Amino acid sequence: MLRLLLRGAAGSARKNGGRGPVAHLQPLRQYSSSQSSGAAKVVAASLLTVGGGIGGTVLYAQWDHKFRATVEKNVPYSDSVFGLILGPAPQNAGPPVRTQLESTQPQSMLEKRAKTSKVQSEKKVKGTTETEAIEPTPTVSVPAASMEEASVEATQIISASGDVPSVPAPCDTEPTVVTEHCDECHPAGPEAVLHGADSPTEQLVERPAEEVSARLAQQDQDEQNVLAAVSSSLEESLACSARAALQAIGAQEAALQAINQHTQKLKEAMEAESPPEEKSVQWKDLEAALMDRTSAVTDATAALQKANEALDSLRTTIRNSKDLKVAAARPLVLAAEENLHKMAVDLDRVVAQVQSAEAESKIVSQYSDLVQEAKLQFQKEVSSLTPEIQANWKGLTGKLSSDDLNALIAHAHRRIDQLNRELAEQRVREQIHIDAALQQQKLEDQRVLENAVSSSLQHVKEEARLEQERKMNELREVMEAEMRTQLRRQAAAHTDHVRDVLKVQEQELRAEAEQVLSSKLLDQETRHRQLTQEQLDNFTLDMNAAYARLKGVEEAIDSHLVAEDEARRAHQLWLSVEALNHTLKTAGAEEPSVPLDSAAQIVRDSCREDDFASALAEALPAESLSRGVYGEASLRARFNSLRSLVRRVALIDESHNSLYQYFLSYLQAALLFEDQQVAPPTQLSSEDLDPFKLLSYASYCLEHGELELAAKLVNQLKGEARRVVEDWLTEARLTLETRQVVSLLSAYANAVGLGTTQAP
Amino acid sequence: MSERELGRKLDRCLADGVIKLGTGLGLGIVFSVLFFKRHTWPISLGSGAGLGMAYSNCQNDLRSHYLLHRNQKVGLDEETT
Repeated sequence: MLRLLLRGAAGSARKNGGRGPVAHLQPLRQYSSSQSSGAAKVVAASLLTVGGGIGGTVLYAQWDHKFRATVEKNVPYSDSVFGLILGPAPQNAGPPVRTQLESTQPQSMLEKRAKTSKVQSEKKVKGTTETEAIEPTPTVSVPAASMEEASVEATQIISASGDVPSVPAPCDTEPTVVTEHCDECHPAGPEAVLHGADSPTEQLVERPAEEVSARLAQQDQDEQNVLAAVSSSLEESLACSARAALQAIGAQEAALQAINQHTQKLKEAMEAESPPEEKSVQWKDLEAALMDRTSAVTDATAALQKANEALDSLRTTIRNSKDLKVAAARPLVLAAEENLHKMAVDLDRVVAQVQSAEAESKIVSQYSDLVQEAKLQFQKEVSSLTPEIQANWKGLTGKLSSDDLNALIAHAHRRIDQLNRELAEQRVREQIHIDAALQQQKLEDQRVLENAVSSSLQHVKEEARLEQERKMNELREVMEAEMRTQLRRQAAAHTDHVRDVLKVQEQELRAEAEQVLSSKLLDQETRHRQLTQEQLDNFTLDMNAAYARLKGVEEAIDSHLVAEDEARRAHQLWLSVEALNHTLKTAGAEEPSVPLDSAAQIVRDSCREDDFASALAEALPAESLSRGVYGEASLRARFNSLRSLVRRVALIDESHNSLYQYFLSYLQAALLFEDQQVAPPTQLSSEDLDPFKLLSYASYCLEHGELELAAKLVNQLKGEARRVVEDWLTEARLTLETRQVVSLLSAYANAVGLGTTQAP
Repeated sequence: MSERELGRKLDRCLADGVIKLGTGLGLGIVFSVLFFKRHTWPISLGSGAGLGMAYSNCQNDLRSHYLLHRNQKVGLDEETT
């Protein structure tokens, strides 16, 4: 706009030359005002476009936060603008990577997704509960229950998804211990199924799981309580019995020790040949040992009794706990039984030891008694024989006399004989005695054997039973584990199947959803694209229109400028031509006009771009430029003055040009009279070529302002007349030429001026 | 001006004639006085010669345009004066 103004101003300043700008300001002002109105339009249009773009951006950012983020990232200070207008950007906490289109998804997709995730979480929970149930309390019922619930749930899901009524997997193969809980599950299961079948699909999954878990928890709790009670009781009794048994064992061992000590002491006492003081000490020790032994034995028996009582109580508790039929307590029970058995075995062993020790001690005591008796007997004999000798005769070897010795030897011989006789008797009765002894021994052995056999049988039975129980437990556990694995496998297979089905479903749903999504997306895209394209098109159209208008305005301005330029130039040309014309008129009566050079220069300057005008301007004869031209009046006057001369030299030509001829011609001129002015005919005949006639024609023409015709006529003069009028003719030609050129220029300028002048 | 040419020429002729006549006359007179014992014939001769010369000159001058036997350039120069 400014450029245009400047261009216009510069053009006008360039072209103005000698003219003032005043004449041009008016049109310029008009042009500038029209230019300014066009510029204002452009400004308004651009402002509108920019404002619309900013408003649209803000609105779209309000609706789409991702777009807003993008804009804020890319365009500086836009975040402050957005903050001013829209408020702070919302934070996207929650599920990550939620694109815009997800928000437009139907709620069911999200619900389904949530549902599946919930199911998965539930399953996880289930799994954790399972593991929890399994690890601390490896029961069968709880995993079974959980499996049950899981299968129930799975079937519910399947039923929910396929509306196929299904029955949860039966758990009747479990032993009776579990049936309780299965019974609990069964009512829960079908109930849940019914519930699930009745209730809507979404709630089906939720409630049974809760119930089941609650029930499960309840069951766990109960079992745990029972277990705790049982275990506590078992432990108590076990501890008590263990204590008692230990005590008994200790007591028995103490008794054993005491007995052994006693026997040892007895042996020592018998065999040792110590002095009487030591012997009395020994006997005292022996008595003490005997006392100890008796006390120990009584203690042992008491302890044994107590232990037996404790064991009995333990047995009863074990039986009670067995009667409770809590599977979890079974190992405890088993362990308690084993402990019991062990304790019983130990007790028996210890008792047997004690008994053997007692038997041995009895034998030893018998032996000691016998020995004592023999000793006494011997003492008596010895004392009877040698009264003065003391009992301990071993140390008396030096003190005894030969008589005593002989007596002693004789006694000894006699004793030997007696003994030999006894021996023979014994040998005779040996067999009988042996038989009797054997019999006794046999009986004894039998009895002992029976006892031992019975006890060992009992023990073995007990062990076998325990072993059996243990094996059964193991087997049960193994079976349980296997069952669990099988169930787990089944559940796994089920879950796999369910998972597969779910996966397939998921895929199908996903495909469907994706299709829907893609179609919606496509729609949105196409709509968006359409909209954007429309917007773009509109914008482009507007822009193009604006641009076109701008261009049009520019072109109009340019054309205006050009037209104005041309008009000015035409005006200039016209003015210069007028000036030229005017200079022509400055021709005085006898003087030529002002030299046309300056005017012609002006004309040439004013028509620099115009070829025609410049050619015309060039066509001006040099004489006129340098010297100017004569006006018609002067030419007329001159002609009039010439006329007489021409008359006088009318006869002179190339052949007749002597002085005489001159005289004759003068004479002719003096004598011949013609009309001053005669209208020339349209066509000159040969007789009209007489100089006098020609002169009159020319005069007539001149008088009537037809310089051209006059010149033409005068051009017909020949000879000297012609020579005389040559200058005049030249002048006339010059004038005519100049006038012709000027008239042409003026006509042209007028035409151009007319052409460039704009009608209002 | 071409129309003044004739006038000029005639002026020249006249001047020339007058001069020639006068000169001839003078010479004639002189000759007649000096050499020819005041006869009139040298005067008339002289004046006649003078006149004749003037006439001839005038005629030549007046014809000169048609002759053009001189150097063109000189002729043109003469023409343009």
